[in-house]
Amino acid sequence: MDNSPLWRLLLGRFVWGDLPMVIAWNHPTVSSLIAAGAAVIAVLGAVAVFGLITYLGKWRYLWSVWFTSLDHKRIGIMYVCLAVVMLSRALIEAALMRLQQDLAVNSPGILTPDHFAQFFTTHGTIMIFFVAMPLLSGLINFAMPLQIGARDVAFPFLNSMGLWLSVAGALLVMISLVIGEFSTGGWSGYPPYTELAFNGGVGPDYWIWALTLSSMSSTITGLNFAVTIYKLRAPGMTWMRLPMFTWTALCTSILMIFAMPPLTVATLLLAADRYLGMHFFTNDGGGDMMNFVNLFWLFGHPEVYILILPAFGVFSEVVSTFSAKALYSYVSLVIATVAIAVLSFTVWLHHFFTMGQAPAVNAFFGIATMLIGIPTGVKIYNWIWTMFRGRVRYTAPMLFSIAFMVTFVVGGLSGIILATPPLDYQVHNTLFLVAHFHNMLIPGTLFGMIAGYQYWFPKAFGFRLEERWGQVAALLWVTGFYLAFMPLYVLGASGVPRRSQELFNPAFQPWLAVALLGVCCIVAGFGALVLQVWSSIAKREQLASPIGDPWNARTLEWSTPSPPPEYNFPVLPQITHLNAFHEKKRHGGAYQPAPRYRDIEMPANSACGLVFGLALCGCCFGLVWHIWWMAILFFLVTLVAGIIRSFRRDLERIIPAAEVEAQDRAWLARVAAATPVTRDLEASPLNEGLALWRE
Amino acid sequence: MARVSEPELIHAGLNLRNHSPAALRRLESDVFGFWVFLMSDALLFALLFAVYGTMLGGAPSADSQFKIGPAFQETWLLLTSSFTYGMVSLSLKLGLRRRWVALWLGVTFCLGAGFIVLEVSDFLDMFAHGATPEASGALSSFFVLVGTHGLHVTSGLIWIVLMAAQMAVYGLDDRVKINLIRLGLFWHFLDVVWVAIFSVVYLRGLLA
Amino acid sequence: MKALRGDFLTYATGYGLAMLLTGAAFALVYYHLAAPETAFAAILILGLVQIIVHMRCFLHMSLQRSARADLMLVLFSTLIIAFMVGGTLVIMINLRQRMM
Repeated sequence: MDNSPLWRLLLGRFVWGDLPMVIAWNHPTVSSLIAAGAAVIAVLGAVAVFGLITYLGKWRYLWSVWFTSLDHKRIGIMYVCLAVVMLSRALIEAALMRLQQDLAVNSPGILTPDHFAQFFTTHGTIMIFFVAMPLLSGLINFAMPLQIGARDVAFPFLNSMGLWLSVAGALLVMISLVIGEFSTGGWSGYPPYTELAFNGGVGPDYWIWALTLSSMSSTITGLNFAVTIYKLRAPGMTWMRLPMFTWTALCTSILMIFAMPPLTVATLLLAADRYLGMHFFTNDGGGDMMNFVNLFWLFGHPEVYILILPAFGVFSEVVSTFSAKALYSYVSLVIATVAIAVLSFTVWLHHFFTMGQAPAVNAFFGIATMLIGIPTGVKIYNWIWTMFRGRVRYTAPMLFSIAFMVTFVVGGLSGIILATPPLDYQVHNTLFLVAHFHNMLIPGTLFGMIAGYQYWFPKAFGFRLEERWGQVAALLWVTGFYLAFMPLYVLGASGVPRRSQELFNPAFQPWLAVALLGVCCIVAGFGALVLQVWSSIAKREQLASPIGDPWNARTLEWSTPSPPPEYNFPVLPQITHLNAFHEKKRHGGAYQPAPRYRDIEMPANSACGLVFGLALCGCCFGLVWHIWWMAILFFLVTLVAGIIRSFRRDLERIIPAAEVEAQDRAWLARVAAATPVTRDLEASPLNEGLALWRE
Repeated sequence: MARVSEPELIHAGLNLRNHSPAALRRLESDVFGFWVFLMSDALLFALLFAVYGTMLGGAPSADSQFKIGPAFQETWLLLTSSFTYGMVSLSLKLGLRRRWVALWLGVTFCLGAGFIVLEVSDFLDMFAHGATPEASGALSSFFVLVGTHGLHVTSGLIWIVLMAAQMAVYGLDDRVKINLIRLGLFWHFLDVVWVAIFSVVYLRGLLA
Repeated sequence: MKALRGDFLTYATGYGLAMLLTGAAFALVYYHLAAPETAFAAILILGLVQIIVHMRCFLHMSLQRSARADLMLVLFSTLIIAFMVGGTLVIMINLRQRMM
């Protein structure tokens, strides 16, 4: 039946044997049972979430307040939620991979080679495209417009589209868990291994389309952020009054605009090979797989800085706030950020030193790579000097920041080793490299994003996060990181290749055991973060800080109530200083009613972004399985939705001045009634979000 | 930098009914945003050029298939359509009636459609001679580079039709005007890409 | 009205120059006016000039202060394109020479 023409027309190349449950039923091994179990958990999880929402009767609320919202703050929060869901999956995969390698010294372990390959591919793909990217898009979305005194981003609808395209890509990766399989070609998907001739299944196609959706999302998100920062800054906010996080957001956005096209080109040309029989990266017909490697890293290297720069911004804000000092040498930090952004386009070749080009070419790119160490080093000193003689409080975001500074320097040093082509020849493709980039990305991105999430959480929800669990989480993450990755340096230097499903030297065993322990700590650290949210919600009355400035901070976002109103600012602030809010508090200009309130025009909700995302997900699913009617149908849905939206004219709604004034005055009354607290008491229940001003 | 300036919009031919500073500022960011998109798109084309460059010398190559006649006709059509789109912008700026705008838009559409027809027939001719995208890496990169430009022109044509429909429904309201300006940027940008294509692909191939 | 005549002249000049430059490039090939290498170099220069003409006359790039943001954007994009395309060609051609 599976091969009847009607079946092929309706369901493409799908057969029952593609379902992991069916495979596990026919060939029950540990590996296939894990796959089937994961599929069942994914399905049950989705059913449970749907059931729960229906049971609670929250569909209407979710639809009208969240899913169709064009409010940058809500979109930011949804990005972070997406990232947390995907992070939980990718972390479990990491733990299983470490378990496999620990068990598989001279034994096959629990995962088959093919299954193991899917694990490292999904782990990498998810962590980069569906954890790190949504996290940073989410934080920038939430904080950046508030920091520059804008009411929203420049293109609120594109923002919603970006979110739902990311969701669509993530959904495709999740679907691959249940229907079919994912790519086995690693997150970088090098041909010819991902070509039709060697890997004709659906795996690489899932990978191609998930990445295409994600890169489309990132391109428009970057465009949106950049135009927002360029054109929508509050009056008086000159470039040198831009908060540091916004500077990093600007540089990241510019990198997104220019680094995503190479990825789009690489994945679409691979798709042209796989779907249309072309010869870009094939072994025969004049194809050249090195072209893919080159294109991929033209994207891949700026991508590293897309991931790390916003975290640098978060650390700048956190260190300055929790040291109660202005940033040390703001100007040098700005110059360093811009220098990193430009240099990041000139080093991509260091990802393939061993490809075979001339030593002179390698030397050029090796030196360029080392140069990036200079501005990065400048930043580390900036943060240290900001803390020097400050009123440092060891809150959870601060602990993550300090852990970052130490750990990142270690990773930077191993980076300098790898940037030296002869040394790179020794350790390339080993666990040394794996240790290095985790050493950069876990402290450099994840710690930054966690710190930022904890820092801005009270702004988003009106109550603080519990400190205790945050500190436990920091301890577990940092310990776990060192235990999991320092052994990999040793193993890599001893020549263990990355992505090995089985190892053959018993001497490696102790190191692998330590790494396994480390990953367990990291999983526990993730658990601590979940418990932190849980217990904070339970204690939200005690932790409430609705006035909006719980940390006595310096930038504009803290001058609004928590959570901020939809329009952010009742009247657009006039900026006169770099530390805008700090100066206002100092001169008594904060918490004043506006002389005159005006009507505010805000974008009306739109379901179009959601329709776009889901329809493109359906289109890509059809392409993966060669279900052509589905691909065409959903593509047309996207087109029609876009056309319908272009004919709409009622895209704005007006919030009357009276309403704005009433809300602002109600908040100011609460400010007047609140008790200001000093920094010593900021973790206590007394902190309502009003800081006691002291020079 | 957060200035409220008009010249950028004025040169492009926009005279808006409500000259409120906020509205102007938003329109300015709309146009700037489209510029950013175009630059991202330009990079995409640049990379396709780079891939084409690295694939040169593969066999069978596209070079032997090029004919100078059709290449010149296509170029002429596209360049002229850029000029006629300039007349669309000028009519907008003069505040002429909508039928003038529609007329020049129609002329532009016909020229663009003529370009696509010529290009497709040129491709079909190549297919008939066995020069298909599956034949070699060099041909794959030729068809993807020139085809991507063709797809852009096609979407530009669809956009023209949509704008005509919106003009019929809403007249020349602010949103129609701003979209006509963005469409203009897009159309002129495709011309720039075509200049690179006929220089680097067709004329170089004919020389070889 | 005077400004508008200026605008029309800009478009007309742009179109005229574009036709002239295109015609010159095609003529070089059609009439075999130069050796292939010289002709190709000339075509590249003509193309570059034509792109600048399009930018100036059709896309209204200028050095005026009001258009500075757009100009900066285009120049930065050109820089990135130069990095990427130049780098790609150097790397891949170098690789091919060493492999073949």
